[in-house]
Amino acid sequence: MCLAIPGKIVELVAGENCVGTVEVTGVRRKVQLGLLEDDMPKVGDWVLIHVGFAMSKISEQDAMEQMRLLRALGETEQAMEEVRGYGLENDDGHDAPRQWNVKPNA
Amino acid sequence: MVRFRDPQIEMAHGAGGKASRRLVEGLFAPLLFPGSTEPLSDAAHLKVDGTPVAFTTDSFVVKPLRFPGGSIGELAVNGTMNDLAVSGAKGCAMVVTFILEEGLPTPVLAAEVRAMSEALKRAGITMCGGDTKVVERGKADGMYITTAGIGTSLPGVKIDARSVRPGDKILLSGPIGDHGITILLARGDLDLEADLCSDTRSVLPLVEALVAQCGPGVRWMRDPTRGGVATSLNELARDCGLGIELLEEEIPVRDAVRGACELLGLDPLHIANEGQFLAVVSQDYADMALNALQQTDGGQEARIIGQVHEEPTNAVLVTTRYGGSRIVDMLVGDPLPRIC
Amino acid sequence: MRYVDEFRDPELITKASEEIRRLADPARHYRIMEVCGGHTHAIYRFGLKDILPSNIELIHGPGCPVCVLPMGRIDDGLAIAEDPNIIFAAFGDMMRVPGAHGSPFEHKARGTDVRIVYSPADALELAKKYPEREIIFFAIGFETTAPSTALTLMSAKAQEIRNFSVFCNHVTIVPAIRAILDSPDMRLDGFIGPGHVSTVIGCRPYEWIARNEGKPVVTSGFEPLDLLQSIVMLLRQLHAGEARVENQYKRVVPWEGNRAALKIMAEVFELRPYFEWRGLGFISQSALRIRDKYARWDAEQRYAVPETRVADPKSAQCGEVLKGVLKPAQCKLFGRECTPEHPIGALMVSSEGSCAAYYNYEYRKSLVTRIASVA
Repeated sequence: MCLAIPGKIVELVAGENCVGTVEVTGVRRKVQLGLLEDDMPKVGDWVLIHVGFAMSKISEQDAMEQMRLLRALGETEQAMEEVRGYGLENDDGHDAPRQWNVKPNA
Repeated sequence: MVRFRDPQIEMAHGAGGKASRRLVEGLFAPLLFPGSTEPLSDAAHLKVDGTPVAFTTDSFVVKPLRFPGGSIGELAVNGTMNDLAVSGAKGCAMVVTFILEEGLPTPVLAAEVRAMSEALKRAGITMCGGDTKVVERGKADGMYITTAGIGTSLPGVKIDARSVRPGDKILLSGPIGDHGITILLARGDLDLEADLCSDTRSVLPLVEALVAQCGPGVRWMRDPTRGGVATSLNELARDCGLGIELLEEEIPVRDAVRGACELLGLDPLHIANEGQFLAVVSQDYADMALNALQQTDGGQEARIIGQVHEEPTNAVLVTTRYGGSRIVDMLVGDPLPRIC
Repeated sequence: MRYVDEFRDPELITKASEEIRRLADPARHYRIMEVCGGHTHAIYRFGLKDILPSNIELIHGPGCPVCVLPMGRIDDGLAIAEDPNIIFAAFGDMMRVPGAHGSPFEHKARGTDVRIVYSPADALELAKKYPEREIIFFAIGFETTAPSTALTLMSAKAQEIRNFSVFCNHVTIVPAIRAILDSPDMRLDGFIGPGHVSTVIGCRPYEWIARNEGKPVVTSGFEPLDLLQSIVMLLRQLHAGEARVENQYKRVVPWEGNRAALKIMAEVFELRPYFEWRGLGFISQSALRIRDKYARWDAEQRYAVPETRVADPKSAQCGEVLKGVLKPAQCKLFGRECTPEHPIGALMVSSEGSCAAYYNYEYRKSLVTRIASVA
């Protein structure tokens, strides 16, 4: 159900409909592209491969955005700690317990 | 006491994993080596009229017969040498049996015999006899080869799993998975291609360098063939009753092997190798041992990959740099590609 | 490996786990279910439980297509394949799954021609390669895999390949999640949503979980940083009292799903009125069957199917473990009669089944105190 790996399209096979060759760190395999017929990948695109079929194009932009968010993890907190060090935290108490969601009919 | 209750033999029984172990310990050992207290190892150390010899046997069943980096003939010679080498012995003579399939084209057989002849010269071992049988078309996958080899003990080393102690280091001679993945790809069923070849070679020169410089510190060695590093180290853990920790980032794996494993859902630790060996070396000799391997031709990629601990007993643990860990066990049979 | 290694960066993983520790309220015990078996496998493979605080409990969900396949279906497929002219092709995952009369590998040892394929397309190639043989592809999987089977059937029809058919066991994920939420014993705070299923069906199919059940869902990737980031996102929602569907796996999952793949599935498949799920019982509208226009390629229509029904041994508690009500080690048979070597239930055979994953990767770790590194 779940094992899918990113690979780069290195070749589009001439003649066969919607078939390409994908490469994953030097390993090459024929891949069926028919599930991406609405937005056919080009050579050089990265796709997610599952059971020999390309499932989705990988968005480099979204990947980079995700890395940016990951690198920024904890930075807000660090900034808050510095601010606290100056005695400038908010009155609503950043450290006070939060309200939890209670299911409406619980 | 393990008892072998399986109603029939399946492929898993030859894969080197748990099913193989059950067969050997539950059926063969009680009847063929009753009363033996020694842990099973790659070669037997005997005294023939007082002269110590190491004695081993191996069989080679591989499809296809020829693959990038080697062929069945080379595997047969190198595999025999390696069984002896990791038992602390220098192979000096071997014999071979060919079981040939009716209809096998002569040029195919001749190519294997030529490959064996060259492998014998490279390995420095003498072939001194053999036997041939022919079986009907449809059997033997072309050919099966069996060998037996004898050797003399390398001075200054004694291999015994029971001498392993917490704090000892685990050394690996080079990248893992090359052979098994090459064979898997060469079979063609999975339609994968890669620039990979089998790592088949005699590891004796590396073993000799290790023993010459660090003999007193070498506790145990094994060549991780079928079942891979995971199987060999699990066998060690069971035989010495201790725990083994491997650092994931220290385990050398070629990119293409890694890519194939990720695609197929396999773990390189379970994949067969034909030109690598593991050594457990005491802490005080470990750095010298690594250096000895790295300075020897063919050993440049050797690494220290782990350490022996008290716990988890009888198990192998792989840890990551960020503090995650997982147990790595022997598989039941051959590693199977998965899609889930 | 690009798009893989970045998401396994040890420093960022440490950072993410620190953020989780910071966010997790020590007075609270969080129960988060990862639906998908692939996520279960990843959690164990990367040792993620070791770096989560102990008050975050990950509950394994039923998203393992091998685990929920009733044994009788394996027996049915293998019964048809006993004909020496038939080649039984299936994914490696199926090979050791026991039916009442043995697993595919055990049948192979008795003479059935059983072959492992990586792709349904490869099974079709077998049909082309052996025109005198009949090939049956034993299809399993959720919506991740179903489109590939569908496209293969369309290809078989277009090329008029007559010696190929599919024994279809595809199931859909939403009914499985519904069965979990309907279970009276289940108390969950949120879901790590399926990653690769969502590349096909998108994120909308989970909106009812947030809206009607008040539980946040974050569709997640499979690398360590994906899972950790998803947990961060869940914790943030829980603290803010929110319940929404969020997409952590944006680089690959489109919110609306893959329209082409859904169209292809609809062309070939229709929903069965009901289907038996191992451990969960009969669930309506939860599985796919091949439409009549592809009947010639439907193994269930071409061959006489025995319709074997095999009950799990009463002592096996697969159903409860599947629903996350019991932990694997709490099943009476775990580690004793039921091990990866001789599995009784499918949760022990599939590498992503909770029992096998726990047994293979975790079971003996309980003795370990933090081991100092080699360096």
